[in-house]
Amino acid sequence: MSDKSHFVEIRHAQKSFGALEVLKDISLNVERGQIVAIIGPSGSGKSTLLRAINDLDPLTGGEVWLDGVQVNKNLPHRQYEKHINEMRQDVGMVFQHFNLFPHLTARENVTMAPKMLKGLSSAEADKLAEEQLEKVGMLDRIEYYPSRLSGGQKQRVAIARALAMKPKLMLFDEATSALDPELVDEVNAVMKKLAEEHMTMIIVTHEMDFAASVCDRVLFMDQGVVVEEGPPSVVFKNPSKDRTKEFLRKHLAGAN
Amino acid sequence: MDIDLMLRVYPFFLEAAWTTILLSVLTALLGLTMGTLGAAARLSRFAVLRFIGAAYVSFFRGTPALIQLFILYFGGPQIGIQLDAFEAGVIGLGINAGAYMTETIRGAIISIDKGQKEAGRTLGLSNWQSFYKITLPQAGRLMVRPLGVNLNMLIKATALVAAISVVELTYTAQRYIGSTYKPFEMFLLAGILYMIIIYATGRGVAWLDRKVQIT
Ligand SMILES: Nc1ncnc2c1ncn2[C@@H]1O[C@H](COP(=O)(O)OP(=O)(O)O)[C@@H](O)[C@H]1O
Ligand SMILES: [Mg+2]
Repeated sequence: MSDKSHFVEIRHAQKSFGALEVLKDISLNVERGQIVAIIGPSGSGKSTLLRAINDLDPLTGGEVWLDGVQVNKNLPHRQYEKHINEMRQDVGMVFQHFNLFPHLTARENVTMAPKMLKGLSSAEADKLAEEQLEKVGMLDRIEYYPSRLSGGQKQRVAIARALAMKPKLMLFDEATSALDPELVDEVNAVMKKLAEEHMTMIIVTHEMDFAASVCDRVLFMDQGVVVEEGPPSVVFKNPSKDRTKEFLRKHLAGAN
Repeated sequence: MDIDLMLRVYPFFLEAAWTTILLSVLTALLGLTMGTLGAAARLSRFAVLRFIGAAYVSFFRGTPALIQLFILYFGGPQIGIQLDAFEAGVIGLGINAGAYMTETIRGAIISIDKGQKEAGRTLGLSNWQSFYKITLPQAGRLMVRPLGVNLNMLIKATALVAAISVVELTYTAQRYIGSTYKPFEMFLLAGILYMIIIYATGRGVAWLDRKVQIT
């Protein structure tokens, strides 16, 4: 019997898109309250790994466990759908391009899922939306449609939308990559705040400084494998693998 | 140009115009229903349904509507389908319009970024919940204008049912030519009435399109 006490446990994850093998036997454990950054060159499989955790890109091999329950378990279609929809309520996800619902206001973006899935009344959902939008500093834009928000504002609403489901785990896929440089900080500030509240987070990012400042652990991925893994002080300052060094040389050169 | 004659026969044309309008409304309703079913079939996860949807679209867009009406009205009795001319007109044109609307509806749905559905699924919504709460409301707004184009075409296509002697505008014009020998005036009058119907419909569509847009 293997130990299932890790909060998030990825075991021998393997993923192919047709003939292309994108994840090659990746294993990873994340404990409750930990913050893990995944870095690596474009196309290395970071998004695919993140999207395997909530089964948006189902693995072709290996297992994902969350809080003692297997996410990608083998069930008949209908049962599987029910299971996965329940699992996903506990896993918030934030996308590079926000994916806010353009036909709904900030308030409605946040209230939709809790109303539909948790049976909240309109009054309860409104209160929840106000709390969550307040938290990301967007309460004053609560009645705005996404088209009237800046990128940073959209992303903060998207975070509030995810938080409204009271997730146990938050996944961020390059949450600031699509933003103008001057809007990056407002989103990072929200993520820092979540870190201070000990939200468990897995963050795919290109921002090494941010990763170094909030993360407990950094994974460097390349070509579908985890090349190096460790605390930011080691991975960033004192990497042992050549591929990591080369990647960091390119990325840190631009950053400072 | 015999304006007096036009004014004299005008009330009869107006009555025929109501038939054209009724025919258009029923055709549009049937077309929308068929278009919705067709789009659902074309977007289905089942290959058989996708094939049926595609075959429906290619047959009805790939043959003249007039031939389709003739097959239904003249050929129908041979295979046990007895319809009067009006019924055959509505059913024939409705199924034909449905093929075009299938493509309009499907086009609007697939144009919605798949990140939208993903965001819904990520929150825990089912496939169907994401579709009707997220994809469909956005696609619906995009459909109004192109469905308006389908509607415009369909109204004009109702003139074809004159060929199976439904007493609508075009048929009425032809009938009055037989007694007046004034094709110019009679067809002009019919044309004017068609234009009014189409103009009003176009305004309605534009109004609806404005109303559903998000500012
Ligand atoms: N849906 C897909 N179909 C086919 N190939 C894909 C798909 N998604 C990702 N890939 C491929 O998988 C590889 C890893 O992609 P991704 O996980 O997005 O990398 P990263 O996020 O690290 O940039 C890339 O080569 C990409 O082209
Ligand atoms: Mg990516």
